Amino acid sequence: MIHQFDTVIVGSGGSGLYAALEASQRSRTAVVSKLYPIRSHTGAAQGGISAALGNTEEDKPEWHAFDTVKGGDYLVDQGAANILAEEAVQAVYDLENRGLPFNRTPEGRIDQRRFGGHTRNFGEAPVRRACYAADRTGHMILQTLYQQCIKNDVAFFDEFQVVDLAMNGDSCQGVVAVELATGEVHIFAAKAVLFATGGFGRMFKVTSNAYANTGDGPAVCARRGIPLEDMEFFQFHPTGIMGLGILITEAVRGEGGILRNRDGERFMERYSPTLLDLAPRDIVARSMLTEVRAGKGIRGDRKIDDYLHLDATHLGKEVLLAKLPDITSFCNTYLGIDPAETPIPVLPTAHYAMGGIPTDVYGRVVRDGQDTVVPGLYAAGECACVSVHGANRLGTNSLLDLVVFGRRAGQHIGDYVKQADAPQLSEAAADPAREWMARLTEGTSEHHGGHISDEMQTVMMEKVGIYRNAADMQTAVDAMQQLRERYRAVRIQDTGKQFNTDLLELIELGNLLDLSLITAASAANRTESRGAHSREDFPERDDDQWLKHTLAYLEGDTVRIDYKPVDTSIWEPKPRTY
Amino acid sequence: MKINLKIQRFNPETDTEPRFQEYSVEIDPNARLLDALMQVKRFQDGSLGFRKSCAHGVCGSDAMRINGKDGLACKTLVKDLATGDGDTITVEPLRYLPVQRDLIVDQSDFFRKYRLIKPYLINDDPVEAGERIQSQEERMVFDDTTNCILCASCYSACPVLGENTAFLGPAAISQAYRFLADTRDQGFAERQPALDDPDGVWPCQNHFKCTKACPRSILITKRINQVKRMLDKAREAESE
Ligand SMILES: Cc1cc2nc3c(=O)[nH]c(=O)nc-3n(C[C@H](O)[C@H](O)[C@H](O)COP(=O)(O)OP(=O)(O)OC[C@H]3O[C@@H](n4cnc5c(N)ncnc54)[C@H](O)[C@@H]3O)c2cc1C
Ligand code: SF4
Ligand code: FES
Repeated sequence: MIHQFDTVIVGSGGSGLYAALEASQRSRTAVVSKLYPIRSHTGAAQGGISAALGNTEEDKPEWHAFDTVKGGDYLVDQGAANILAEEAVQAVYDLENRGLPFNRTPEGRIDQRRFGGHTRNFGEAPVRRACYAADRTGHMILQTLYQQCIKNDVAFFDEFQVVDLAMNGDSCQGVVAVELATGEVHIFAAKAVLFATGGFGRMFKVTSNAYANTGDGPAVCARRGIPLEDMEFFQFHPTGIMGLGILITEAVRGEGGILRNRDGERFMERYSPTLLDLAPRDIVARSMLTEVRAGKGIRGDRKIDDYLHLDATHLGKEVLLAKLPDITSFCNTYLGIDPAETPIPVLPTAHYAMGGIPTDVYGRVVRDGQDTVVPGLYAAGECACVSVHGANRLGTNSLLDLVVFGRRAGQHIGDYVKQADAPQLSEAAADPAREWMARLTEGTSEHHGGHISDEMQTVMMEKVGIYRNAADMQTAVDAMQQLRERYRAVRIQDTGKQFNTDLLELIELGNLLDLSLITAASAANRTESRGAHSREDFPERDDDQWLKHTLAYLEGDTVRIDYKPVDTSIWEPKPRTY
Repeated sequence: MKINLKIQRFNPETDTEPRFQEYSVEIDPNARLLDALMQVKRFQDGSLGFRKSCAHGVCGSDAMRINGKDGLACKTLVKDLATGDGDTITVEPLRYLPVQRDLIVDQSDFFRKYRLIKPYLINDDPVEAGERIQSQEERMVFDDTTNCILCASCYSACPVLGENTAFLGPAAISQAYRFLADTRDQGFAERQPALDDPDGVWPCQNHFKCTKACPRSILITKRINQVKRMLDKAREAESE
């Protein structure tokens, strides 16, 4: 079946819904999402959204932009960071005006709290910049935006999974999707397509990410010749629940929580004397692993899965219940402990993709180091790389990224579709997707995807994790190439058409394998340490060689690397100390 | 621990009636029921259908009937359902919503009713600058209701819906309260028709089953009663 729209938005998390609200006012817009909108992983975001409102103490967008650049270890495009920080203030007010129930100050204004790497006056001391709704800020953003979409009658295609792009030469003409309920293939012809498909933490064994976070948008783009930017930079969040990876928000530390080793020592004093537990995530995660390797983990056995304690016992029951109720409930449900009484066992968990589909500040996808635009194709949110996060994202900057750049993309699309011609697509546009699915469906099953997925996640976790070296990363590249080979022989077990989740999950696995290969290859290529990319064999940042973005092109079984300059027009790169 | 999962299956392409199928799964007692289901799906039977996403109780995907009680598979631990080897856990789809496949139900009706109560802030007054002012006390009045993840556990738990499928249902009403009790909202009149209807709030008989089922600890029954009182008050004011 062929649908014709001006605008198709793929994904209904914070970025997709914000873009939809803008685009649907000025063009015929469809939101196509593999999940019901309110099931999107934006709903899992806990701690807050940053904006220099200055509601509880002095703050300025300029400080916010600087923190973002420094937090990203100077791989951030500085003009984009400025836009992010400047537009943050109105973006948060807009969310409030649209109904978002933020926590309030005694004066009835939006309350703000501390978060890692956010400082006053260019690094002096932590600043209260994170606006929050208890520890379910993302949930409230997602709900508020979905509610606004209901109010504005946005058209949704729920549980439609996009599997391919329709391209005409270099320009985008639409997408191909499978409808979960029927198994039918649908073609959405559109003048503009926006990918807002979220993260891909599921390539790692231990992650805070949902099952649905399989990087479908970036993988589809990569297979269509579009490069992926800075894929070597994947954030490990310091505090995941031991074993499960479920996130314990940084807001616990923002409210005063402390990381301790087996001696009860506040070890961050040694690693980050100024910001302590509120240093940026890459630094805290590395410090934790260093403690574990030194036998200072709680068990003390130096094993990779040894853990540390996040101590919130001194915060008191009342603060925990008023400001961190969900965290309290997670600890209770999954660990059987009360964080008011017992420290939380934590270790880093794969959390956030700094890299993704390269875009400019209007959300337009670019295909090379010269910023050549792919006509009709946009990306926003975690799947995109603007880049405002550089080599390491600061907490609360992603939710902000969604609303600022989701909105900018939606607005740009509104203008673009006015002058663009409607593409004509035939059923042939879905042929490549049909062939792929036929291969997964036909013949008898040699083996199922479960083991391949397990192996991919284990290798990525062990070889392309927090600390990296050449040999490990090469092992990962080789392993991904072999797993992709084995994947070609996988067949689904479900022979039905309706609600064939088996088929859709295998397609997702194919996406994760492609992205794992690109991530491992990009990481192996960068012979320096910067932000989240930390090499034992190249421990220093090397601005002479490496102050540039990676662009990785998937070419068959190999990855070709090219580069793109970084915008350093405002602040000169400096050593990064906290 | 080795458990038995007894799962209701239904494939619309081959079955006329739902049936049960059993799987034996080796699982850590501290694991989630969702982990056990995933183990079946990934290593035993790829055709098993269920929804899931966040895996920690915040997205509302995997509500189902677990040993006869409605809840989230990812927020229910195996050890709370089975005590020893060979114990059986029975898993069925939610009630009152048509089964589409296995544990997947058609949520259209649930979301249609949610939309009926106009679940968005209604206030057309222009905001001069910045944020609307609201005290933390005012904000806390409806705090619990903002927890709702629209999982439909309460819907399936409600005995009233068993007799009257037209009933608006617990989630929609508590979401109406979320806005009616928000000092920034002015939408009472717009929501009144859907709520003050024979199938609106009135069929609720205070069974409290929804409140017990809610994985997000929302005081649903209390909120329904508060909406009833708001409607009563409005009627009184009208007749005065
Ligand atoms: C546990 C957790 C806590 C976090 N806390 C914070 C925080 O406090 N502050 C902060 O700033 N950031 C936080 N983050 C990061 C932030 O929440 C995410 O980066 C952000 O929400 C991603 O939003 P998104 O709109 O890009 O994608 P998502 O919300 O993940 O949405 C992706 C959408 O794409 C759809 N989709 C995916 N693939 C397809 C396909 N093939 N076809 C159709 N549709 C598809 C999905 O259905 C979904 O609707 C947190 C992240 C996690 C995991
Ligand atoms: S009120 Fe509770 S049980 Fe009902 S839909 Fe919302 S979260 Fe689920
Ligand atoms: S999978 Fe999200 S609530 Fe269970």
